[in-house]
Amino acid sequence: MLLNASGCLDALTAPDVARSLDAFVTKTVTPLPRDGNTPVRIAETDVGMLNSIGLANPGIDRFVTRNLPQLEKLGLPLWVSVGGFETDDYAEICLRLDDHVAVSAIELNVSCPNVEAPVESTTQIVAAARIATRKPLWAKLSPAVPDIAEVARAAEAAGADGLSLVNTLRGLKLDTRTLRPALGPGHGGLSGPALKPIALAAVAACYAATGMPIVGMGGIQTGLDALEFIAAGARHVALGTVLFADPDAPARVRAELHAATEEHGWNSSDDAYAVAHAEPLSVGTTGRESSNE
Amino acid sequence: MRRERLSVLANEELGPYTLLRVRRGGLDPGRPGQFFMLEAPGRLLPRPMSLCLAPRGELAFLIDPIGPGTRALCSLESDDMLSVLGPLGNGFRLDVERPLLVGGGIGIAPLPYLSEALGRPPAVLGFRSAWHAEAAELVPNAQSCVEPTRVTELIPSGMDVLACGPEPMLEAVRRIAPEAQLAWEAPMACGYGACYGCAVEIDGELKRLCVEGPVLCAA
Repeated sequence: MLLNASGCLDALTAPDVARSLDAFVTKTVTPLPRDGNTPVRIAETDVGMLNSIGLANPGIDRFVTRNLPQLEKLGLPLWVSVGGFETDDYAEICLRLDDHVAVSAIELNVSCPNVEAPVESTTQIVAAARIATRKPLWAKLSPAVPDIAEVARAAEAAGADGLSLVNTLRGLKLDTRTLRPALGPGHGGLSGPALKPIALAAVAACYAATGMPIVGMGGIQTGLDALEFIAAGARHVALGTVLFADPDAPARVRAELHAATEEHGWNSSDDAYAVAHAEPLSVGTTGRESSNE
Repeated sequence: MRRERLSVLANEELGPYTLLRVRRGGLDPGRPGQFFMLEAPGRLLPRPMSLCLAPRGELAFLIDPIGPGTRALCSLESDDMLSVLGPLGNGFRLDVERPLLVGGGIGIAPLPYLSEALGRPPAVLGFRSAWHAEAAELVPNAQSCVEPTRVTELIPSGMDVLACGPEPMLEAVRRIAPEAQLAWEAPMACGYGACYGCAVEIDGELKRLCVEGPVLCAA
C-alpha cells in the first residue's frame, strides 16, 4: 500500500493527489486548535528539508464536524494522525474517532523527540489509546532514541497493531548572511534523502525485533527507494517530502516499483517483503535466490 | 493543477536578474499574479515564481539569483529541460477602474504580464540601484526610482493600487492605499497547499500564501 506521510498532503486542497494513493493520512490532530509556529516554517538544506509547522490543525472538534465529512467524500481509506501533550490527549481523541466508520486506522504521533523516556511514554500512550478504540493503531516512532527496537517492542506489548517509521529528526539551518536560524522557531524536523538510511535502519531493526506490520517512510523519492524499504521489512511505504516537489510522485513511484519488482523476477513487491533479513544477510544476496531457498 | 517538463528557450540577463524563457507546452499561463513551481536543477525542492510574461507559446519568469536554487535556474541553457507545475494560487483581480502598478526590486516580476492584461496602465517601480533598475524596461509606462527615493513617494492618491515587492514596501503601500491588492512572498515547499510552510501572519491571522494568496487584499 502506498500512503502519504502525515503532514505532507492536504487531501481537501489536492484531492487528485490524495486519490492517487491507497490511503490518506491526515495531518496530526490535537485536542485543541493550533495555529502552528511562527514563520519562516520551511527551509531547504543540501541534503533534505527542515520544517517547523508546529502541528497546525483545527483541533478534534472542528476536525470531526467539518473536515471528516469532507474527507469521507474522497472515498479513500482514511488514517487519522493523533497527537497530544499528555497521555489523556491521545485517549480522548481516539475515543472521539472510534465511532466514525470512515476512519480506517489511527496513527499515534508518539515521536516527540523531547521525550526523555521514550519506552515508558510510548507504552503509556499506546495502552491508553488501546483502551479508547478498537481501530487499528499504528505507532509512529522517532529515530532519535538510543534503541528504536526497544520502543517498538514496547508499542507492541501495549497493543499497537503496526509501526510507522520514521518521523523527522531535529535539524538546524543558519542563514549564512545573518548567521541566525533560518526557521522562525529555530530548529525543525529534517526530512528528505538525508533521512533515508536512518529510516531503513529503523525499519530493519523494528522488523527484526517485532515482525510487526510497518509503514516505511523517510526520503523515498523513487520506486527503487520504496523497494529497499519493503526489503528491509516495510509492509507499506509512505511518501513525504517528495510530494512537495512532485505531486505526480505516487503514480511515478508505483510504476517504478512495479518495474523494479519485475527486474528482480518477482510477480509483486510482496515477494520482496523483508528479503533483506534472509540468511545470509550480505551484499549480493538477491531476492530471487533467497525466495527459492 | 498540471505539471509538465518544458524546454528552455533562453536565459536573458537584465541587470542582476535573469529572464528565464521556456516553451509553454500544454500549461495555461493563468491570471497575472498566479505562480508556477519551477524545478531547480540539483535541488530537492522547486522554487515558486510568478509569471512575468506570456508571449505566444512561451512562459517567462524573472529570477533573482540569491541562493542555490535560483542560481541553478539562472544557469539553465537553451534546450535544458525542467519540470513546471502551475498555474497556482490566486492572482490579481482585474476589475479595477484606475489601476496603478507598484513594484519593488524583484517584486516587479508579475507586473509585465499584469500590465498587458490591464491595457498598460501607469506603473511606479523602486530599485536598490541603477543596475537593478535595468529590469524596469519590462514594464510599460513605468516611472522608476532608486534608493534612497522610495517608491511609495511616487504613488498618487485616488488610484487602484496593485503591488508586489518586499514586505516593508507592501506594509508602506497599504498605509497609503488601504484597499490595495498586494502580492506577498514566503518560502514554499510545494505551492499547492500541502506543506503549510508558506503560512504568513497577516493582521493576526495565518494564511497559506499558495492557496489563499499570493495576492491578498490589504483591507
